[in-house]
Amino acid sequence: MQGEVNTESVIQVQKEKQKPFWKRVDHRVMVFLSLVVGILIWALLSTIPSVNAILTNPVTIAKTFVTELSNQNLVTDIVASIYRVLGGFFLGLLVAIPFAFLMGWYDIFRSLFEPWIQFFRTIPPIALIPLVIVALGVGESAKIAVIFVATFLVMVVSIYQGVRNVDPTLIKAARVLGATDKDIFLEVVVPASFPYILVGVRLGLASAWTTLVAAELTGASKGLGNMIMEAGLYFRMDLVILGIILIGLIGFVMDKGVLWLEKKLAGWQEVSK
Amino acid sequence: MMTTGKSDTKIKVNGLSKVFQGRNGDVIALNNVDLEIKQNEFVCIVGPSGCGKSTLLNIIAGLEKKTSGSVLADDKEIEGPGEGRGVVFQQYALFPWKTVLKNVEFGLKLKGVDAVTRRKHAMEYLELVGLKEFAHSYPKELSGGMKQRVAIARAFAAEPEVLLMDEPFGALDAQTRAQLQEELLNIWDNKKKTCFFITHDVEEAVLLGQRVVIMSARPGRIKEVIDVDISYPRTQETKLDPRFVEIKNEIWSKVYQEYLAVKK
Repeated sequence: MQGEVNTESVIQVQKEKQKPFWKRVDHRVMVFLSLVVGILIWALLSTIPSVNAILTNPVTIAKTFVTELSNQNLVTDIVASIYRVLGGFFLGLLVAIPFAFLMGWYDIFRSLFEPWIQFFRTIPPIALIPLVIVALGVGESAKIAVIFVATFLVMVVSIYQGVRNVDPTLIKAARVLGATDKDIFLEVVVPASFPYILVGVRLGLASAWTTLVAAELTGASKGLGNMIMEAGLYFRMDLVILGIILIGLIGFVMDKGVLWLEKKLAGWQEVSK
Repeated sequence: MMTTGKSDTKIKVNGLSKVFQGRNGDVIALNNVDLEIKQNEFVCIVGPSGCGKSTLLNIIAGLEKKTSGSVLADDKEIEGPGEGRGVVFQQYALFPWKTVLKNVEFGLKLKGVDAVTRRKHAMEYLELVGLKEFAHSYPKELSGGMKQRVAIARAFAAEPEVLLMDEPFGALDAQTRAQLQEELLNIWDNKKKTCFFITHDVEEAVLLGQRVVIMSARPGRIKEVIDVDISYPRTQETKLDPRFVEIKNEIWSKVYQEYLAVKK
């Protein structure tokens, strides 16, 4: 008896030991480690004078961040950028949802809209900027309009895909339980396409950010893209890098936010086997 | 049961044909099918794949249009789905965004039954299939057998008079399948419904049905209807009954002939 129990525990200990150490370490610890090593390499690289002229060291950037934060300029830029992104994005979502549902549900709308959407989808929204500037000037509405077009096109396609992909058996199941067309739309089609709406939201937000920076680079009085542009002119590489990092961080946080929302609201999804 | 002048025929299929227009010409799925299902009867239908069993079920369900002939439920031509005919699908077809309870309640909700009543009603059916504790789980948390139990509860809870089942146990393992066969017989005995059950498993058909309809393939016709004169309640042990084996073998050899015909 005693012997048997011992062997078992020995086997378990051995299994634990056989696992290589990187499989035993927690995922979050590894992420943290990766960040620390990355910043260290960056700091080391920036000690080389010729590199330092472009890649300012992390400490200087942290200092720049603090001074910019205290003189309010940075906050104004961030707020301006987020305002434009969310403005354009929500307008895009508001228009994309009804469009996508109409196209998915009625063949006539699909025939009417699909060629236009497919055509404009191939054009980078940045190419529209000169046109928009002439039409709307360089103010807020011009930026929001460009972001609106970009996000709308991305989102309408992915939501439409979701409406088309609703499992026909689910529609049949609802019908035999006595569902009317309206019931099927509200109780089956809308919830079934919900995960696709969230995918659209993620893609839309990502494209809103990329378009924003492009729009701001071409002329604006504030915003993170504008800040990078101006800092480049004065060769303030610390500000340029700070701007780049901030754009990345804000985009990252927004994406995580949508992922969190997805987990909360669409947790019922079956993970594909 | 009172028969107030009305016949006890629940479903009457007369000279039913169905033609699908395909790219390589027309395909006759059903050719002049006649079938009668009585009130509270359990009828199974077997036949080689592609013989039009599912098409027949879908037409009775009102999910598909017929080409010619007549299909009556309570002497009324079937125009569309609903109206007292429930369906259990092979792929479960549960709404993944609804909890088990909400799935079972759905038919009642569509009928406009108030929330308290439909919850009570749904819980009763969940208890009947032994899933009361899973009322608030989502379908993704259930095994295949449990999902099909929910689907059966959902179909029964809507209180249809006729239940149409399209190979409901086809995707389940043998053990779960045997369990669900007995459960289904219990519910049928308990709730007295008319059942029309598609399967390709002859043993299953003989175990469940009072009559077994054999279909032949291409074009789909009814080849023969065989009475299963074995009394209920039937359990897995019924399969050892010599009469059971006899009927099973008879049907099996007829289905096998059809299978060979299709192969040629």
